[in-house]
Amino acid sequence: MGKYYIFQDQKRCIGCYACELHCKTKNNAPEGAKLCRIVPTGPQVVKGVPRMHFVFMPCFHCEKPWCVYACPTGAMIKRSKDGIVYVKEDLCIGCKNCITACPWGVPQWNSEKGKVMKCDYCMDRIDQGLQPACVTGCTTGALKFISPSEASQVKREKFAKDISPLKK
Amino acid sequence: MGSKRVYSICAMCTGRCPIVVDVEDNEVEHIWGNPYLLGGYNLCPRGAAGKTLLNDSERPKTPLIRDGERGSGKWRSVSWDEALDYVADNLKKVIDNYGAKSVVLSDRGGAITEFEKAFIAAIGSPNYFNHHATCSNSIHNAHLSVAGLARNGVTYDYKNAKYLVSFGRNLLESLVTGEAKNVIDMIENGGKLVQVDVRWNYTAAKADRFFMINPGTDYALALALIHVIIRDSLYDVDFVQRWTVGFDELSNFVKPYTPEFAEKETGISAADIVKLAHDVGNAKPSVIFHLGWMTAWYSNDFYLRRAICSLNALLGTYEAKGGLIINKGPGSLGKPLKSLLSQIPKSNEPRFDGCGTKYPHLSGQWGLAQELASVLLTDEPYPVRAYIAFRHDPLASLPDPDYIRSAYKKLDLLVSIDINFSETGWFSDVILPEDTYLERTDHVIARNGSKPGYILRQAAVQRRFDTRPRSWIFKELANRLGVGQYFPYNNIEELIAWQLDGTGYSLEDFNEKGYIDLVDKPIMWDRVDGLKFKTPSGKIEFISKKLEDVGVPSFIPYEKPIELKPGRFRLVTSKCALHTQGRTTSNNKLLNEYVSENHIYIHEDRANELGIKEGDLLEVENEGEKQHIKSKLTKYIHPDVAFMLHGFGDDVPLRTRSYGRGASDIRLQKGLAKVAIGGNCPYTECTVSIKKIK
Repeated sequence: MGKYYIFQDQKRCIGCYACELHCKTKNNAPEGAKLCRIVPTGPQVVKGVPRMHFVFMPCFHCEKPWCVYACPTGAMIKRSKDGIVYVKEDLCIGCKNCITACPWGVPQWNSEKGKVMKCDYCMDRIDQGLQPACVTGCTTGALKFISPSEASQVKREKFAKDISPLKK
Repeated sequence: MGSKRVYSICAMCTGRCPIVVDVEDNEVEHIWGNPYLLGGYNLCPRGAAGKTLLNDSERPKTPLIRDGERGSGKWRSVSWDEALDYVADNLKKVIDNYGAKSVVLSDRGGAITEFEKAFIAAIGSPNYFNHHATCSNSIHNAHLSVAGLARNGVTYDYKNAKYLVSFGRNLLESLVTGEAKNVIDMIENGGKLVQVDVRWNYTAAKADRFFMINPGTDYALALALIHVIIRDSLYDVDFVQRWTVGFDELSNFVKPYTPEFAEKETGISAADIVKLAHDVGNAKPSVIFHLGWMTAWYSNDFYLRRAICSLNALLGTYEAKGGLIINKGPGSLGKPLKSLLSQIPKSNEPRFDGCGTKYPHLSGQWGLAQELASVLLTDEPYPVRAYIAFRHDPLASLPDPDYIRSAYKKLDLLVSIDINFSETGWFSDVILPEDTYLERTDHVIARNGSKPGYILRQAAVQRRFDTRPRSWIFKELANRLGVGQYFPYNNIEELIAWQLDGTGYSLEDFNEKGYIDLVDKPIMWDRVDGLKFKTPSGKIEFISKKLEDVGVPSFIPYEKPIELKPGRFRLVTSKCALHTQGRTTSNNKLLNEYVSENHIYIHEDRANELGIKEGDLLEVENEGEKQHIKSKLTKYIHPDVAFMLHGFGDDVPLRTRSYGRGASDIRLQKGLAKVAIGGNCPYTECTVSIKKIK
């Protein structure tokens, strides 16, 4: 079962790409490979000011990961204890089926090794009780590594505060 | 996380964020922000990419002596002894022939500047200067004249601010990690950000209100805000009475600058100006009018900055929660660091750049980098024949580098000490390669702020190439010039022990958190009796007798910016989160993958008139200088403005990733390597024509 979720607080995100850079240095991703992405959308005028929306795109670690089903060698694995989807590198033959299968373009091509690499929520860090590099290094603390139910709660609380007539 | 953690200070830009470096087997595993000071491991993308700098072979790996014409790119790799002897012998020749003052030295400024300042002083030259002519000189000199405080003599209490007004300070893109995080905290806490700029950017995108101002008219806006704040009695009466001089003169001076007047000049409606004045008036004193960061804009910038300082004073923001907190140093607690510089007799010679003489109102603390070229060409006030550029790249930062380069030809000796192949390095006689910030320990620096203390940059790993730290380079040079006694240490650990002598602390005390706090709680001075403004009156001086005594008026009338000729654009430049001063970041493998060239942003209506589409290759021209750059079209830029990121158009072929990519803004800034009244180069007075390359 997928235990984790990365919540992105749009109010805090400034589109600086620190998440991507921390991810790249942590995972030694070669040129062209970006395991998570910030996709800037906008600007669009809202209440008189052109606004941006920076969409954060890590791997979603699906309950039914198409990439895992598409992998012919068993290199793409969903970890049973927490649902993290990761690549077992020595089994990957570089066929790119997972890249074709993933609807969101998450698996990345490692041009130096001729294999696929992808976001595994920095599994080795998780196993040490730490959080993914993107979350930890984010310049403004816009990313939070929480459970899907906690994410729901965070969103509800933010929305409630926004609509409350009792401003602090 | 690695097997070793080293607390240190980043050097990817001049923000000097506190960092912690995870190290495994002498390799940097990861660089994070220092959680004790940043409230988390947060660190901007440039800081994260610092890991790539360490093993980059596209930096000078040994000392190099020129082996061909200057700038020919022919180098001879030499030993440190040979390189240092060469530099020392040539410095001696210049000193013997022209005197010690004929040797000048510059750096990028900042807090870690003891070694080079001590070196130039030790040999008897008064001529230290830094890069601030192209950065903060005008706000530095303005703040000194109004409040007796350096530009960085205050810390902004963003987290508690109710209103933050920024005149073009791009806080969320030209960013410093802690500052950006605190501004976002302020917004989350309900504080309002008002961004005034000639182009929309990501800071404006987060603002409560964004005003697209007519270029060069910021001073009219500032004066109109002062006008309304005084007219409608929105100012902090107690603070103004207690802590300012010249209020009546200021009130009289701003009378003509009504909101209606400012509307015509700035394009911002009178109603909006009145509303902003009332909003900040109601929020006082928890208001920040940001003084500015890079303020080398226009010829009148000194007066714009004086007006912004005055706005803060009128609203009583100094030493107020959510305002501008005056920095306190360890010295104020009786625990100053011992300083190399203070042991050295001061030269009585006048400065080469005219600070204190030709420019009596300008501080020689930062000097005038742009004056070196004209001094070299005229030998006035005296000949300069040797120049040491230390982690400063004037040929990549001053306007009109071809002019500067032609003047540097007159030097008998040009030395570059840097971790990079800088443009200046490429043109120099000798390159002395410094250890990167990950490989060296520097001297302890004071943390000035509301919680004074000390902080230290410490080596995380061993050096990769035949490079050396600044502590060793300047000591070795001093030894060779017979002034080694001013560098009383054999290694950095000894120097640190000497610096900390009498404070009760030692090097080991930095191990736990990377810094030392001297107090538990922030020190806030009493707003009735305790403020210290280092002006002659001890108060905020709207009227400065010190300025007026040397013929510099306290106020000057607003003047319209120089008229824009039809078809031309005002060239405006800035930075982004991924690149800062280009020579530190543009050739960085990771950052270059993201932004490898700059683009020119113009308004889509102007683009339509010129038949330009998104992505077209354009020729940008000024006074015969032509640069090629691709276009980006936007609705959210002033139609008179063309914008590009600074720091591109690299001329050094050994930097293969950035070489020849994008356009150089400074090459287009013809004739602007001059001294405006604030000591700044008036960068933004550059105008360009733009056409599509067929």
